[in-house]
Formats: sequence, C-alpha cells, structure tokens
Amino acid sequence: MLERIIEEAPAFFGYYNVVFLLEALLATFLLSVIGCLVGFLAGFAMAAVRRSGGRALAPARWLILAYVEVFRRIPFLVTLLLCFFLFEVLKLGLTTFQVAVVAVCLIASAYIAEIVRGGLDSVHHNQWDAAATLNFTYWETLRWVVVPQAWRVILPPVFSFFVLFIKDTALASQIGVVELTYAGKVLNNKGFSAALVFGSILILYFALSWPLARAGSWMEKKLAPSRHR
Amino acid sequence: MDITLQFGQITPHLPYLLGGAWLSLQIAFLAFCGGMMLGLLGATALSFGPRWLRALVGAYVGFFMNTPQLVQIYFIFFALPDAGLLMEPYEAVLLGMTLNAGAYLTEIQRAGFTSIHRTELEAAQTIGFSLMQSVRYVILPHIMKVLFPPLSNHYILMTLGTSMAAIFGVEELTGRALNLNSQTFRSIEVFSITAGLYIVITFIATTLLALVGRGFFRARMRIL
Amino acid sequence: MRHLDIVDLRADYGSHTVLERINLEVGKGEIVSLIGPSGSGKSTLLRVILGLLPPIAGEVRIGGQTIDYRNKRDVKAIRSRVAVVFQQYNLFQNMDVLRNVTIAPVKVKGRPRAEVEEEAKLLLTRVGLGDKLKSYPDQLSGGQQQRVAIARALALKPEILLLDEVTSALDPELVNEVLDTIRDLATEGMTMLIVSHEMAFVREVSSKVVFMAAGHVVETGPPKQIFDNPQMARTQDFVGKILRH
Repeated sequence: MLERIIEEAPAFFGYYNVVFLLEALLATFLLSVIGCLVGFLAGFAMAAVRRSGGRALAPARWLILAYVEVFRRIPFLVTLLLCFFLFEVLKLGLTTFQVAVVAVCLIASAYIAEIVRGGLDSVHHNQWDAAATLNFTYWETLRWVVVPQAWRVILPPVFSFFVLFIKDTALASQIGVVELTYAGKVLNNKGFSAALVFGSILILYFALSWPLARAGSWMEKKLAPSRHR
Repeated sequence: MDITLQFGQITPHLPYLLGGAWLSLQIAFLAFCGGMMLGLLGATALSFGPRWLRALVGAYVGFFMNTPQLVQIYFIFFALPDAGLLMEPYEAVLLGMTLNAGAYLTEIQRAGFTSIHRTELEAAQTIGFSLMQSVRYVILPHIMKVLFPPLSNHYILMTLGTSMAAIFGVEELTGRALNLNSQTFRSIEVFSITAGLYIVITFIATTLLALVGRGFFRARMRIL
Repeated sequence: MRHLDIVDLRADYGSHTVLERINLEVGKGEIVSLIGPSGSGKSTLLRVILGLLPPIAGEVRIGGQTIDYRNKRDVKAIRSRVAVVFQQYNLFQNMDVLRNVTIAPVKVKGRPRAEVEEEAKLLLTRVGLGDKLKSYPDQLSGGQQQRVAIARALALKPEILLLDEVTSALDPELVNEVLDTIRDLATEGMTMLIVSHEMAFVREVSSKVVFMAAGHVVETGPPKQIFDNPQMARTQDFVGKILRH
C-alpha cells in the first residue's frame, strides 16, 4: 500500500488536482457556513416564537414544535434525498449544490432552534417576572434582558454544532454535490489509490475541523466564568 | 407535470422497509456497544493512563471526531483491501461506526469521570463505606445520572447515522428505500415513508431512554 | 380614601386553589402588612395584583377602577401605577445599576434619558448607593442589590409599592439597611402593601395588619390588635409561636 502511495503521490498532487481539492474544500466549508448562518437566524426566530405566550401564536408554536422534532429525527441522508427528489419533481432547475443548501438549512435550523431554546430557558425566571412588572413586552424582554444573558450560553454549542456539521455535509456527495468527499470519489475513480485519495480527504477535513474545534473550546472557556456584560 | 402522490403503491412494501429498520436498529446497537467498550477504555486511559497512552488516545479521539464518518468508512472499505484487509460492506460499516462512536463516547465518558469530586469519595469513606461500597452506592449512581442523558443522545444520533450504510449497499432502512425507489420510481412517497419510520423509531427510542433515565438514574431527561 | 381594593379574590395554580375569598382595603398613604406562615398565599396575592397570575374570580380595584386582567391595556395600566420589589431582587444581571433603574422609564415610558438618569442618581444616592452606579448586580451584596431594586421600583413613580419579603434572602446584618430605606418611604406617605416576616418592623410601620393562612384572610386589624389581642384562634396560635422566639 505504501509503495503505491509513494509512487502515485507526485501525479496525485499535481496542480489541477490540488486546485480541484481546494475548491471542493471550499464547497464543504460554504455548505456548513450557509447552513449555520441561515439556521442561526431561523432557529433563533423559532425559539423566540416558541417561548412566547400569546394565544395568537399558538398554531405557530405547534408548527415549530413539529418542525424541530421531525427534522431532528430524520437522517441527514434521507432529508437530502427527499429534497433532491422533491426539487426534481418540481422542476425548478436548481443545481445539486442549491438543493444541498436547502437541505442543510432545514436541518441546521431545527438543531439550532433546540439549542437556542435551551439557552433562553437558562435565564432565570425571575428576570421575566421583573421585566413583566416593569411593563416590558415579550419582545422587549427578549431583546434587553434575556438575549443579552443567554447568548454566552447559546454561542458555544451553536459553534460546536457548526463544526460537527462540516463533517455531516460529506453526505451531500451522494446527490452529486462537488464537495470534498465527492472530489475523493472522482479522484478514486480516476485510478489513484484509495488510501492516497481518502487519506488526503481525511487530512483535509481534519485541517478544516480541528482548528475550528479548538477555537470553539477556547470560546467556551472564555465565555463561561463571569456573568455580566 | 404529475405530482400526485400515490402512497398506495408503497404500502404493500411496508414489511420490507420494516425489515430494513430492524437491521438499522441492530447496526446502531452493535456499534454503540462496541463504541462504549472502546470509550470506557479510552476514558480510563485518558484519566489514569501514562503520558504516551494519553497522547495516543487523544490522537485517536481528535482524528475521528474531526473527520466525517462517511469518509472513514470509505477509507476502510476501499483503502484497507490494498493492505490485505477485505471486508464485507456490513462489516466495514460496523467497524467504521464503532471506531467513530468509540471516539465520541471516550469524550463523553471522560467528562463523566471528571465530574466526580474527590470530596465525594472521601465523604463516602468517612461514613464507613469500603471502596467497593463507595463505587456501588456513590460513584456509579452519580456517573450514571451525569452520563445517561448524553449517552442516550449519542445513541439517537447513531441510529440516524446508520443510514449511511446504504451508501455501501447494506440493505438497512435507507438501503431498502433506495431499492424500492428504483423499482417503483415513487421517490417522494418512498422517502417520506422512510423518514416517517425513522421518526417513529427514534421517538420510541427517546421515550424509552428517557423513562429508563428518569426511573433508574434520576437523570433529568425530556421526551419532547 | 380607598387606594387599592380587593374584593372576593380567588386564584388557582392549575387545579389547586391558592387564594380564596380574599378581601382587603388599602387606603391612600396607608401601609398594610401581610403576615402568616409560608405557603399561606401572601406572595401569591401580590403576584395576582400585578397580573403575573390572573385571578379566577373577584375584583382588584385601584383608585376605584376595576382591573380587567384579560385586557392587556388594564394589566399595563396597573403595572405602571403599582411597582414591586421581589424577595430575590430580580435585578437584570446584564445591566449595571444605573441602567437597571433607568431602563423602564426610558424605554417603556419614553422619557428623556438625561432627565431620568439625574432622577435615578438622586434615588440611588438616597438609598446609599450613589457610588455604585457602574457596578453590576453580581458585584453587590444582597442588601445593596435589594436597595437597587427599591430604587428601580421608585424610578417609575408608582402610586403603590408592593414589597415581597424583601429582607428574607438577606444576611441578618444587611436587613436593617433595607428596612431603613423602607421607613424613609413610609414617612413620605407612599401607599405600601408589605409581605414580611420581620414582626417588629411590621408592628412599627403598619397602619393595618392582615393575617393569612392557607389562602384565606383570617383576621385584619391594627397591629395592636393582631399582636397583643388577636381575636381568632389561628392568629393567636401564629402570633404566640412568633413572639415566643
């Protein structure tokens, strides 16, 4: 195995292959970033609506509950395939990357909504009482009192999810999105040894994920101790 | 454009899909058990082992947690045969999932170990418990209460993760859904039923795990 | 003149009735204290008045006006006329002292910030915290936090102040600094409804004492009556136990 790797390495790390791999790495990164940015906004909005009390929003709360529970209980691969076939039937002419973006956003929103909900619940109930007696509306309470206290609880797990999610986007290769794992399959099909190809792919994922994971645990420590500001 | 849904065509195949679901559950269970053993060894090594062993286990955990499970299985499935290790798809998937689970479960169990305070052990011994009694009545209940929720959570994630076995041709739930899809071409129906089955499976699993956790370990777990 | 009037009030937590047939009058400038064993519904009554727990039956009137707790505008109105200080202070942890006091007048009532800040500084100086404007709640002692909470309540210029066991969470040596602040307010003629376990203090400041048990008002009267000559057996029992300590 090793001889074959050494023999093939110069050809494998040729200019075009390296550019191809780096572009694929970028696609992997983008999928995760877009998913988590959209997921963060949507997840935040859903958690905020879910925490609200008014009767007018009750149907919305039920929908959100169903959404969050459903999408956290379907394998990513199945969600991807569902989106893929759904858009095929709808004939909207989306690229596979765009389809994957939709799937990724659907899933990230559900998971992040759950994280944000936990963060909002971590703020002590007496803060809500005090705000209510001072005549803050629900949204004012969120904006001035609860979110400023909850964000340091919310941010670390959201970031961990983002780093975890980078690895999950490997599944997008199955619907033909040219990301890192797909690039590996292409190069393997070109005849390069699987050990060389998938070894390199693993290293590239590691190079992307590990520094981010370290940054995440640094952030977690940094945000943990003091409570105010 | 025809987008009328015809679930009727799929319902006769429900037992076939359920058979696949049974295999999914098996894979998740076996990989979890294997992963738990690896994790227990790993966490013990990280907590009490010599420096070189900690470094080794740290590298294992870091590598498997920072690369995709799918690519890990690709490597096992396509690259290891070059080194003379040829595995059936089912075996490759099980090995990959076990190694991957081992890394995450090492991390989770290590966190459980560090949550025990020396003072607790000392308190148990001052009231006259032997070491075995302290472990039995103080340490284990404490560890289970702390560990049961994250372990359950990981078990659910692993159940969902078994779907990638389909990529290697294993005929578990997603694999059978893919087969059914190529026979019937009713993609939306096939995959929404499949999704529904995963929802049911994981819902039952979460409920059972939450009941066990609350009942036996006084762990704080919610069902919804 | 009646300032706060509670008529046949009832409130439930789920299927459990926690307040039943509560009748209570608080005159303008009067200080009424609620005493009784824990779990008797004193704090719950304050929560009901503020609309944190909607009543099932009965009425709350303020200045003769009946509050409809299903109507958001009424709830808003009573909260702007009645302020509360909680046992656990409930200061906003993410804001410094000055902002805790000024946020509601500025953001909710829309008053000019500079003016509100001047008033807040005067209030905080009055409660002895003029030098803590930039401190955060977790940097203050319990007694200091409680005085900030009182200043926050007063910044809204309420007609009526509700005090919910404001010294119960404090270390004994910090109790007096808070009681002194309340005495000051009493001499200024603020209408107050106080839940307290500080019997000596209750006796000193109250014009009327209400003894509650198990969600009912058992006896109402001037402090002299309640403490020296209680009429009801249940009151005698409670007061007897308290005074023996």
